[in-house]
Amino acid sequence: MPAGTLYRGREGMWSWVAHRVTGVLIFFFLFVHVLDTALVRVSPEAYDDVVATYKTPLVALLEYGLVAAILFHALNGLRVIAVDFWSKGTRYQKQMLWTVMGIWIVLMAGALYPVLGHAVREVFGS
Amino acid sequence: MSIETTGAVGPVEGVSRYDVDNPAPVIEPPRARTKKTPKSTRTNFELYGWLFMRLSGIVLVVLVLFHLLIQLVLDGGVSKIGFAFVAGRWASPFWQTWDLLMLWLAMLHGANGLRTVINDYAERPNTRFWLKNLLYTATVFTVLLGTLVIFTFDPNIR
Repeated sequence: MPAGTLYRGREGMWSWVAHRVTGVLIFFFLFVHVLDTALVRVSPEAYDDVVATYKTPLVALLEYGLVAAILFHALNGLRVIAVDFWSKGTRYQKQMLWTVMGIWIVLMAGALYPVLGHAVREVFGS
Repeated sequence: MSIETTGAVGPVEGVSRYDVDNPAPVIEPPRARTKKTPKSTRTNFELYGWLFMRLSGIVLVVLVLFHLLIQLVLDGGVSKIGFAFVAGRWASPFWQTWDLLMLWLAMLHGANGLRTVINDYAERPNTRFWLKNLLYTATVFTVLLGTLVIFTFDPNIR
């Protein structure tokens, strides 16, 4: 068997894969989210009960993951639009991906305390 | 373009078998539309779908990121969310419109994305058919349910 024939992909392929995966995950969450919000038409108690699960430390971690997925999908989506409509988009697609990742890391760091702070306080006490 | 009627075969190849009194049979151009041709079902649907993903995407970046900022970051993050918080926000037509637009655009954007994913990976025609049926049913149900909830929300439900 010849060595090194596996295509490992580059920035373009992996950002495409990540865009798909995050898109599907966000869409599945959206179904659940519309359903849980619909409970405001049942009773305030039913809604507050389900929102209480959103405030638990484990689900807070999932929320941080959701924020990660949405931020990547949003920023990379803007990059895809730039690749499609900007005449130099294809030439700078790699640089734009690293820009996306840079902004993503900054925003994720900024979201760390607001999204996970209460969970950390609950688990470790304060 | 005029069709040469005096000879279908040039003089190099020999004497023509056809002349004015004995014309060659008419051969239809292979792609010509005739009465027997099935009605064309080709539309620009995929082009509009592609354009919709980009236009709705730009709007959703604004709608969703502000939504996340309000719900998960500002003013205590997720801790403050509850029936009273929802009632307070949906008292304003601005946020009702915001959420309605976000619901419709996100659901259609997501449904079209998943349609592409199904088309890419589900190879058997039957599987594609049922997966897309399930997708469209779930999408219509969720959009209608969400719309109904926004329009019929009653802060004094109890």
